[in-house]
Amino acid sequence: MDQKKIRNFSIIAHIDHGKSTLADRILELTDTVELREMEDQLLDNMDIERERGITIKARAVRLKYHADDGEDYIFNLIDTPGHVDFNYEVSRSLVACEGAILIVDASQGIEAQTLANTYLAIENDLEVVPVINKIDLPSADPERACNEVENIIGIPAMDAPRISAKMGINIKEVLERVVSDIPAPEGDDNAPLKALIFDSYYDQYKGVIIYCRVKDGHIKVGDTIRLMATGAQFQTVEIGYMGAKELVSVGELHAGEVGYIAASIKDIGDTRVGDTVTNADDPCDEALPGYKKVNPMVYCGIYPADGAKYGDLRDALEKLVLNDASLSFEPETSVALGFGFRCGFLGLLHMEIIQERLEREYNLDLVTTAPSVTYKVTLTSGETVTIYNPTNYPDTGIISSAQEPVVNAHIYTPSDYVGNIMELCQDRRGTFKDMKYIDTNRVDLHYILPLNEIVYDFFDALKSKTKGYASFDYEMKGYEPSKLVKLDVLLNGEPVDALSFIVHEEKAYSRARRLVEKLKENIPRQLFEVPVQAAIGGKIIARETIKALRKDVLAKCYGGDITRKKKLLEKQKEGKKRMRQLGSVSVPQEAFMSVLKLDD
Amino acid sequence: MTGLYIHIPFCARKCPYCDFCSTAFNKTLVQSYVDAVVRNIAHYSTDRIGLDTIYFGGGTPSLLTPQQVGQILHCAENSFVLHSPEITLEANPCTVSLSKLSEYRSLGVNRLSFGIQSASDSELVSLGRLHTFGRAEKAVNDAFDAGFDNISCDLMIGIPDQTIKSLEYSIDALTNLPVQHISAYMLRIEQGTPFDSDKIRNTVADDDLSSEMYLTTVQKLAAAGFEQYEISNFAKPGFESRHNMKYWIGESYIGIGASAHSLFDGKRYFCPGDIGRFASSPLQQTVSEDDDPDKLEEYVMLGLRLTKGISLSKLAELGASDLSGLIAKAAAYERNDLCVLKDGVLRLTPKGFLVSNVLISEFIQIL
Repeated sequence: MDQKKIRNFSIIAHIDHGKSTLADRILELTDTVELREMEDQLLDNMDIERERGITIKARAVRLKYHADDGEDYIFNLIDTPGHVDFNYEVSRSLVACEGAILIVDASQGIEAQTLANTYLAIENDLEVVPVINKIDLPSADPERACNEVENIIGIPAMDAPRISAKMGINIKEVLERVVSDIPAPEGDDNAPLKALIFDSYYDQYKGVIIYCRVKDGHIKVGDTIRLMATGAQFQTVEIGYMGAKELVSVGELHAGEVGYIAASIKDIGDTRVGDTVTNADDPCDEALPGYKKVNPMVYCGIYPADGAKYGDLRDALEKLVLNDASLSFEPETSVALGFGFRCGFLGLLHMEIIQERLEREYNLDLVTTAPSVTYKVTLTSGETVTIYNPTNYPDTGIISSAQEPVVNAHIYTPSDYVGNIMELCQDRRGTFKDMKYIDTNRVDLHYILPLNEIVYDFFDALKSKTKGYASFDYEMKGYEPSKLVKLDVLLNGEPVDALSFIVHEEKAYSRARRLVEKLKENIPRQLFEVPVQAAIGGKIIARETIKALRKDVLAKCYGGDITRKKKLLEKQKEGKKRMRQLGSVSVPQEAFMSVLKLDD
Repeated sequence: MTGLYIHIPFCARKCPYCDFCSTAFNKTLVQSYVDAVVRNIAHYSTDRIGLDTIYFGGGTPSLLTPQQVGQILHCAENSFVLHSPEITLEANPCTVSLSKLSEYRSLGVNRLSFGIQSASDSELVSLGRLHTFGRAEKAVNDAFDAGFDNISCDLMIGIPDQTIKSLEYSIDALTNLPVQHISAYMLRIEQGTPFDSDKIRNTVADDDLSSEMYLTTVQKLAAAGFEQYEISNFAKPGFESRHNMKYWIGESYIGIGASAHSLFDGKRYFCPGDIGRFASSPLQQTVSEDDDPDKLEEYVMLGLRLTKGISLSKLAELGASDLSGLIAKAAAYERNDLCVLKDGVLRLTPKGFLVSNVLISEFIQIL
């Protein structure tokens, strides 16, 4: 295939600006999918994505486009997530492309992730093609949006296509821009094979499926490939491209193309996203620059509700990590919860999505602990330790200093809400850096915030304080000294390790108070009175009491009908299954998350 | 010995809290229903089954004329082998007179169960009952005069706006009547009944108050000579309901009528609640509930409802080989005054009865 007729591109946007909808329209217009087969957001094929209306995983599809110049082109479209937690997915997809369509919502203009994603594209030397979407909305102001793109991002936008992906207006113009503005790939088809793995997943029948972009050289079925990072070699069994609904086997891939390789790879650890695939018989000299390894920012414990499912949970995590390299996990043990894993995530949404995928796709019942960040603690002995799990936080007596992670946070907001946001950031121990006017009534607020203050519900609080108008993005800044304490929770006098958390000294009392109140709400009455206490270093600082259960339903057994009674007992048993037995106290799984919701 | 339960699903008015099988009184339908009951009883005539209890439950069985009750009892006499049976009839105070009660008595009915519920007229109104307490008193006294010396009445706990004081008043008033047995039930708001509303929920006692009420009831009834023998049942010595005891000790009973349940030949089954269908069918169609009930589980579940409790040797006999878990659990609950394990018998205390669902399921799970 002539590389000049190939265009590899992504679509980038702030969340909700219409990325997946535009992808759908493009699929329709290129006849990739029959209209009757169209489902909304075709590329978002995970149930969670459809339900939440967001894209989590990047996804690739090959399209055929007959352009106005009379020529047929091959488009490889890679859909990307918009949420800050999934920037890693975005950068993975971008490396496989020569250009990106940047969607800006005509009524909202530039938002935090518009910028973050655009900078990622520019860093990767991509040609950025701005498109102004949602022109059908009454509040649309395409001129303003174009101005913002020019002023803030600094790329020409006055002639950007003005479209409505939802109504199907001007989509063709976007496709023509892809042909005219995005460069064709320029790989050497005769050079040794050099292909970048940008995604992979496990298929029950075919083994690991590698999604790759061939930079140089070519590959055909029967070739032996070498994965350069691990050195593992495999004979290819199937090669092809990604159709809208299924993989299409074509037997070979050439320079400039995007496609998949199956080589009966059984061990998912062999294929690393970001690795380079080469031909074992004619290897290239050096691998492509891989991806910057992303470090998880948020950790939580994930345990099977049924201890016997530990092995299933491990298998599920191993499969997910293949598909989502930003996830990390290590086995851990909790006195309260038994055997499980400490998992690292890029952010809270990422954490929620992983939990949901484990429960849905792998049919697991989970107990998760509240999320925490990693702390660096210097001991009086001079040794510095990193704390991933609050339970392991050292005794205050042997700590000489502690550091917590902080982020550079940018909040884009209409100026009306500046006061509310400042109040919120102050409450979250934020340090004000500066405030810039984007235009007359929108500002960019820059704060340094401790990560542990935003992992809980900062995003929700921000939304409610700005009626949803503010957007938010952050990047790790590093560690800063802080005065931290470990808060322990005792149920019926017994410490519950899975409920411990780290908190700033000044906030310890109010958090402890709210936590014991929350636990009291979430733990049902038991057959005896249960004290709920919060303590710092053995000193109780808050206490509530769960009163003893006095009565459950006394069912009549009228006329010898004992079925009702039996059903009640069944229900009782079912309810009990959702509980964790901590000593003599039954605790519902949700209680472990109550630490999260202290600001309700 | 077997018991016979006959369900009479007719009421002058349906109470707003009731979810039992019943329908409006209709003379023609009642007669064809009674005929169907008779057909079903007659069906057993070749088996020579021994019977020592007969129970007319409802609905409102006292809506039956003495002739209809006689028709049924006559047939039962001819179809079963009766062993000086306890014959109970549930009665609504508004539906009986001295002469009607005398007729029931002479037909062989020897036990009455009155749905009195409360001695407070305002509480009776909020329950949607047709009678006043004065009317109920008269009915009980008439029954006594008609020769009944085994009379039970229902007392309800947790009526909207009921207080400990009004409950105590009701207990005093009921125990002053010539009754030998009291069934004290907690009002339960059943789904789909008119009581199933937030308005009602806001006026009934919460768990703490209704627990108080229950414990008060147990105490006061004991003081008046009514010993508790089951979660909801209290009697003067020797007046425990023989028929109801069958339910708790696993003896067999044959249920006849719409929605009636049976435990017979070791199987549990019931007749569906379609009244018209029962009346028009030659024989009632039954649905199997459990062809092989778990004897151990039922012994624990039903036996723990009785104050005499369950015996550990019987558990072992029924196949519970390791009782150590149960004994440990019982010891823990005993410290909280929820049960007593003594001389190889485990029984719940009144406090334990209040949380019997939890306790029973815990005990069953550990066996």
